[in-house]
Amino acid sequence: MSVLVNEMTRVIVQGVTGREGGFHASQMIAYGTKVVAGVTPGKGGTLHNDVPVFNTVAETVRATQANAAAIFVPPPFAADAMLEAIDAGLPLVVCITEGVPTLDMVRVAAALRGSRTRLIGPNCPGIISPGKCKIGIMPGQIHREGHVGVVSRSGTLTYEAVGQLTHLGIGQSTCIGIGGDPIIGTSFLDAMRLFNDDPDTHAIVMIGEIGGNAEQQAAEFIRGHVRKPVVGFIAGQTAPPGRRMGHAGAIISGGSGTAKEKYEVMAAAGIHCVQSPADIGQTLAAALSKSVAR
Amino acid sequence: MKIHEYQAKEIFRRFGVPTPRGEMVTTAEDARKVAQKLGVPVVVVKAQIHAGGRGKGGGVKLARSADEAAKLASKILGMNLITPQTCPGGRIVRRLLVEEGLDIKHELYLSVLVDRAVEAPVVLGSAAGGMEIEEVARENPAAILSETIGPAVGLQPYIARKLAFSLGLTAELAQAAVPFLQSLYRAFIETDASLAEINPLVVTDDGRLIALDAKMNFDDNALYRHKDLLDLRDLDEEDPLEVEASNYKLNYIKLDGTVGCMVNGAGLAMATMDIIKLAGGAPANFLDVGGGASADQVKNAFKILTSDKEVRSVFINIFGGILRCDVLATGVVAAARELQLKLPVVVRMEGTNVEQGRQILRDSGLNFTIGENMKDGAEKAVRLAGGAR
Repeated sequence: MSVLVNEMTRVIVQGVTGREGGFHASQMIAYGTKVVAGVTPGKGGTLHNDVPVFNTVAETVRATQANAAAIFVPPPFAADAMLEAIDAGLPLVVCITEGVPTLDMVRVAAALRGSRTRLIGPNCPGIISPGKCKIGIMPGQIHREGHVGVVSRSGTLTYEAVGQLTHLGIGQSTCIGIGGDPIIGTSFLDAMRLFNDDPDTHAIVMIGEIGGNAEQQAAEFIRGHVRKPVVGFIAGQTAPPGRRMGHAGAIISGGSGTAKEKYEVMAAAGIHCVQSPADIGQTLAAALSKSVAR
Repeated sequence: MKIHEYQAKEIFRRFGVPTPRGEMVTTAEDARKVAQKLGVPVVVVKAQIHAGGRGKGGGVKLARSADEAAKLASKILGMNLITPQTCPGGRIVRRLLVEEGLDIKHELYLSVLVDRAVEAPVVLGSAAGGMEIEEVARENPAAILSETIGPAVGLQPYIARKLAFSLGLTAELAQAAVPFLQSLYRAFIETDASLAEINPLVVTDDGRLIALDAKMNFDDNALYRHKDLLDLRDLDEEDPLEVEASNYKLNYIKLDGTVGCMVNGAGLAMATMDIIKLAGGAPANFLDVGGGASADQVKNAFKILTSDKEVRSVFINIFGGILRCDVLATGVVAAARELQLKLPVVVRMEGTNVEQGRQILRDSGLNFTIGENMKDGAEKAVRLAGGAR
């Protein structure tokens, strides 16, 4: 089992004829993902790398029974692409695009409320259930099938954590990169709920960052509801306040959103907190063996 | 992106938010002229830097004549203004705002920003004007009024009235607050601002609502659709290395340590700073070369890193996914040769084609140290930078 994506997931790629979209569509297909179609307005009826291209998301969904979309369109058009996918009623939309204006995301967030769509991202590496389905840009080969759920705001730092797990022989059920922007579709809390309800996920890794309070909200939920071991790391312990550290969401303002504050709430919720990013894998391994022994 | 107070006030006026009359000057002589032109008993001379708390640092003064305005201006211009929000070294004042002094009855606080918790713009108001809102939030959170604005509905008159009456304004002022707030909200939305803040917002003796101070920050991701705002950028207010890095589209923030960092991805870059600290060292910078860094980007990153004179060693930490380690290693070798790099460089690579990548580094004949993993790499880089501090 896994969450959100599996062997049954049928994916369309919005922006499939672009450089990024085309490249990653082929990578996803090579991994075994069922990429059923692409969407590029004006290029409907053509084939791109053997993938049929349509003009609109609505007609693509009708023709292919797709149930997920991957978005690779440039930032000025990304919100429009997300809104189109939500309007077409797709249950899962993964937006990889980095640099979407915040006020565009305010509109997308409003459209998501009351819709049947779950959005992941934007500004994220995507989601992968190893061995089953990959929607995104993560290197597939570092993953391994297994029972640890990974949720993270970052891209390469997630690869680092996954790499450590795989190196120790610990596989993953699903890895979700939720994205580094201030307004995102799926929060840590949402991901935590999904992993908690998935019987095949036995432990969870949460990789947070400075800024906002999404990690604290997830920690509150974990304290009340999660009996699976959770390992947590917060990047940016040494970041100076008030500066945007690459990710638009990673900024400490007015003394809130600091790593220290987040670690305190996480530790109080029983999360195994990791101070060094090099210890994520080992700590999870130790937590797992303890919980099995119990 | 940040801008100066006088620039924010120009934007405010364009959208119909009332501000004091005034002009920006860069010389004492111009300060005298503007003070004369304003023709009021008291003018205010305000240092323009991208940091708050200017009054506390001596950057805001009252003048009772044009001569006094000129005298104060010559004192403030060129001074190194240190405020609680500047770096400890302070900032050189190059521009002043000279504006009319007002008779103030009371001071309020007002701002518009995007609240990530509700995923929408919110208007914040407080009767404690002039105080830092973070301080109010800490000491008396109930004193902050907050109204969420639905993006489809926008800022309706009732929201302005609700805020105004809650802040204790008279019926007359509550009426004036409607166009005031709607104008401010429009200025926020139409410039893709991340913050529009008025602290203090004042009620004058003659019953007007005026933005005595103004602060606007903009969403960097939206600047592509606001070319006019780009002209407001003041490079003097930014670190020269950061300006150069932004020209190369590198995400760089200068810090005060000795280990230069080059990392792909923002999260991993922050984690790399953290692990350097844990190894007893201090990072010289945050630098994200991007998920798919090219050989050219690596070279540009080296240039930036090595022009920081504090840097004693360089730690390259790359998790190659789409970016293959052999491609990266080739780029690193070429850049090190071309720039005749003298600094010790520790390279930690992981991911696709890592063995080929390491071989390329070993075969180069250059002085690279290989980090076996993130921890090992950080420890070696700290040692090469002169050890723990």
